Amino acid sequence: MCPMIGRSALNVLRVVQRNARVWWKYKVPSLVGNLGQPLLFLVAFGFGLGQQIDTIAGLSYLQFIAPGLAASAVMYSAAFEATYGSYTRLSTQSTFEGILMTPITVEELALGEILWGALKGLLSGLIMILVMPLFGLWPSPWVICLPFLLFVAGILFAALGLIMTALATNYDFFNYFVSLIITPLFLFSGIFFAIDNLPASTRTVLRLVPLAPVVDLARMFCYGSMRPGWWLPAGIIVLLAAASSWLAAILLRRRLIK
Amino acid sequence: MNSATTQNPLIVEARGLAKAFGSRQALKGIDFGIRPGECFGFLGPNGAGKTTTIQIILGLVEKSAGQLLVFGQMVPEHLKAIKTRVGVVPQHDNLDTDLTVFENLLTYASYYQLPRHEAEIRAAELLTFFALDSRRRDYIRQLSGGQRRRLLLARAMMHRPQLLILDEPTVGLDPQARHLIWQRLKSLKEQGVTMMLTSHYMDEVARLSDRILVMDQGQVVAQGEPKQMVSDLVGLDVFEVVCTDEECLLLEVVAAECDARTERTPDGLYVYTSKDCAELDRAIRPCAQWLRRPANLEDLFIQLTGRTLHES
Repeated sequence: MCPMIGRSALNVLRVVQRNARVWWKYKVPSLVGNLGQPLLFLVAFGFGLGQQIDTIAGLSYLQFIAPGLAASAVMYSAAFEATYGSYTRLSTQSTFEGILMTPITVEELALGEILWGALKGLLSGLIMILVMPLFGLWPSPWVICLPFLLFVAGILFAALGLIMTALATNYDFFNYFVSLIITPLFLFSGIFFAIDNLPASTRTVLRLVPLAPVVDLARMFCYGSMRPGWWLPAGIIVLLAAASSWLAAILLRRRLIK
Repeated sequence: MNSATTQNPLIVEARGLAKAFGSRQALKGIDFGIRPGECFGFLGPNGAGKTTTIQIILGLVEKSAGQLLVFGQMVPEHLKAIKTRVGVVPQHDNLDTDLTVFENLLTYASYYQLPRHEAEIRAAELLTFFALDSRRRDYIRQLSGGQRRRLLLARAMMHRPQLLILDEPTVGLDPQARHLIWQRLKSLKEQGVTMMLTSHYMDEVARLSDRILVMDQGQVVAQGEPKQMVSDLVGLDVFEVVCTDEECLLLEVVAAECDARTERTPDGLYVYTSKDCAELDRAIRPCAQWLRRPANLEDLFIQLTGRTLHES
């Protein structure tokens, strides 16, 4: 049993390495693409709008939005890689077809793609955290835990992206995903305003969507303002990530094996 | 056909192998066996089920019924172990366009868990063997059709497979490129690699295959040694004659007396002889246009699968 798991883990790793090898060639445009938006939002809203906004929950507006923007950078990088990137490998480039002729299974391929998306997400998120001091923002020691959260969030959004990829018939299909899921999550997950002040019913809906708890936890980890019971949403995110990965693997098998 | 009982177990063995895609029966229960070290050719028109058979061996398509053993192991239960010993040249080029020629080989070898230094040595060897040395750093889009095919072959050989599956390995290539590939395939065969080949180029199959299997509409129509099958099922020589209706009618009568089969075409007649016959020669000579040639696989193929297009 153990050697088989080891072998599978290696196969997953090979898929990640293949993508990393290609990414390395295009790392600069890729990073600009992944970090441009969250950094611009940080400057425009944090510095610009922040001048006219009082503190929220004891934080300056810049402090308030920075951790959430890091979480959103993870979401965008992971979700885009697992949709547009993975779909290109599935369709036009036939990369998946080539891989599946080897001993690598669909499940290992799916996990490799999700892991790769998560790592790209994590990288974007980490860079966002690392530039915070440039904006005069100094995180607490709790920030050490933040990469784990961002990585799990990356797994979750990459898996959701791969589910879309397994269902997609063309690139336009991803418009549903981006316009109906990703963009609303970006706007309404408490990155730009505290959702605690919203009506209870709205809040419940927002708590259920996967980005809001990530943003909330990222803010806690960043400033060390841990609320009791923080581990519950953290646990739910881990479960959601695992369930989505499992579903993505099943749907990808259905898509690729006839 | 008397199946020779050999000591060696079969490399691939299919019994009643069937596959349905919805209501379409792509494979209707086929039986075949591939022996160690031979090149086994799959012939058949488009849609006959050749590629489906390959995809079942690779686990890309799940069989609906029947049994399939590769290296004596069951498919799909032991696919992982089986696939470490199988190399594939697919019909549609799926080289990694994001990577260079050399990176393609290294990356593919990594899927088989080949150690990096070993893969580098092997890749260099294979690039030389397939005359691709000078293209090492090129990207796939810079390669010609023939070079891509050779790279697909090199990629399939990286992990030293014991079974090489070739799905239309020279489709769309110019004669020079095809000859280079045939040469290399022959030398791989001499090294003891078992091959499973599909093609609709009859000359390719005749050159490479020890035994063939002809498929049509998901069924095995005939199998055996190509030369034997041609002489058994088609005959010795073929006359292709352009003749008027009267001439053709006369020829048909003479052919029957000579134990030769005939087949009418829109502008003439095909005559398949089983022995030399002086009367037939005399009867054909006055015709406007005629040609005599040895019977070949193409005649066999058309005889078994029909002269008309049947596209599903």
